[in-house]
Amino acid sequence: MNRLLDWVALLGAAVLGFVGYIGEVSLFALNGLSHIFRPPYYPRLVGKAFMDIGYFSLPVVALTALFTGMVLALQSYTGFSRFGAESAIASVVVLSVTRELGPVLAGLMVSGRAGAAMAAELGTMRVTDQVDALSTLSTDPMKYLVAPRLLAGVIALPLLVVLADILGVAGGYLVATEKLGFSSGVYLSSTFSNLEAQDVISGLIKAAVFGFVIALMGCFNGYRSKGGAQGVGTATTTAVVSASILILALDYILTQLLFVK
Amino acid sequence: MSQPKIRIRGLKKAFGSKVVLDGVDLDVEQGTAMVVIGGSGTGKSVLIKSVLGLITPDAGVIEIDGEDVLKASSARARELRGQIGMLFQNGALFDSLPVWENVTFGLLAQKRIRRRAARDKAVEILAQVGLGADVAKLSPSELSGGMQKRVALARAIAAEPAIMFFDEPTTGLDPIMGAVIDELIVHCVKKLGSSSIAITHDMASAQRIGDNAAMLYEGKVTWTGPARELLTTTNPVVEQFTHGRAEGPIKMALRR
Repeated sequence: MNRLLDWVALLGAAVLGFVGYIGEVSLFALNGLSHIFRPPYYPRLVGKAFMDIGYFSLPVVALTALFTGMVLALQSYTGFSRFGAESAIASVVVLSVTRELGPVLAGLMVSGRAGAAMAAELGTMRVTDQVDALSTLSTDPMKYLVAPRLLAGVIALPLLVVLADILGVAGGYLVATEKLGFSSGVYLSSTFSNLEAQDVISGLIKAAVFGFVIALMGCFNGYRSKGGAQGVGTATTTAVVSASILILALDYILTQLLFVK
Repeated sequence: MSQPKIRIRGLKKAFGSKVVLDGVDLDVEQGTAMVVIGGSGTGKSVLIKSVLGLITPDAGVIEIDGEDVLKASSARARELRGQIGMLFQNGALFDSLPVWENVTFGLLAQKRIRRRAARDKAVEILAQVGLGADVAKLSPSELSGGMQKRVALARAIAAEPAIMFFDEPTTGLDPIMGAVIDELIVHCVKKLGSSSIAITHDMASAQRIGDNAAMLYEGKVTWTGPARELLTTTNPVVEQFTHGRAEGPIKMALRR
């Protein structure tokens, strides 16, 4: 009986811990969001965060999207050719890339690069008292450190996904026309005839949400880190892992909301 | 008797089951320098972080100019705490900003100067801590430990605060550089007419920069008196601590 109660207590503690964590993240997010709309504003910091998240992630996102589009075309061909459905390759590539793979892969790549960097930077600032120093210099750390990154994440990810969409489709086009013998005109015509504005827009909505999540988890974990170098390392790992899981879970939820009628 | 600049009564703070401050009472008179000494983990940093609002105490009163900051509205508490300049133990300079932006950060945040005038203002303040104009454009990582402390001091005095806190200002410095920093602290505090609290383990430093001293032990202020009496007091706790004796009333965790 006592053993059973111990298990129940453990389970209860875990549930309470999880609910507490969700509450902390939510309050942190609301606090950060509220500072985006309240002065003073820091446009220079938003610009810097935009460069860190967006511009410097361009190469990794571009290469990921290009090769994913190429692989997708190749795999679709090997599968569809068994049923004589090769003509569907263009639409499979463009819909997969714009609806799912563009935002998800860009999100995962940016999470690994920019989310980790955010957590490490804020974590280092926390353990070296720089965050406290901001408070003593009449500056709210949430406003100065968190709000600009959240805003930059929401703006930068959709722009990266536009690029990922273009390069993903281009990758599929390259493989289809250069390796699989498709006619350029037919492939492009098939691509655009199957693409609707909603496909692209839904991908961009997902990207904006993912950008927010990446910045949120990077800032939240970095901001709360403690215990020196080890604490910063843990914060960085947690930021990337939690953002990646959230991206995949939210992708399902958003797909359900945006596409399933 | 005049009202103290800072008045602390019954300040309590615990982290989980660990009680760090257990009813601290402390007065810092207008224009005087208080040095707080005590072993590691006795809550010295928690004490000044509570006054700064970086930690919320569990109970107690913290008055600045007779006004309780813990009961004041958040805007008023910010205003009261805005009078405080802080020198952190490791400097806590912002790595991502050059020295001149570090020094004028508070002034820019309070919109007391324009950005284009900030560099000249920084050079002026750096001169007060004995640093040349060439340092202004450097990054904090390019400076030695002593220079970083000076820049951090320059940042702390930039807004000419009425109250200054120094968290172990000489830690990590050689004795000569430590003495130089102490002299700068005394000079800056006297020049600004500020009231100050300094935390230190360095008894020579404590006597150089302090008018008065207080010893924190087991969560309470166990002794207060003139800083010059730190090494001569007969209080057994202070006596053991200042002379670094292993035997005495202070039981270190290792020896329990």
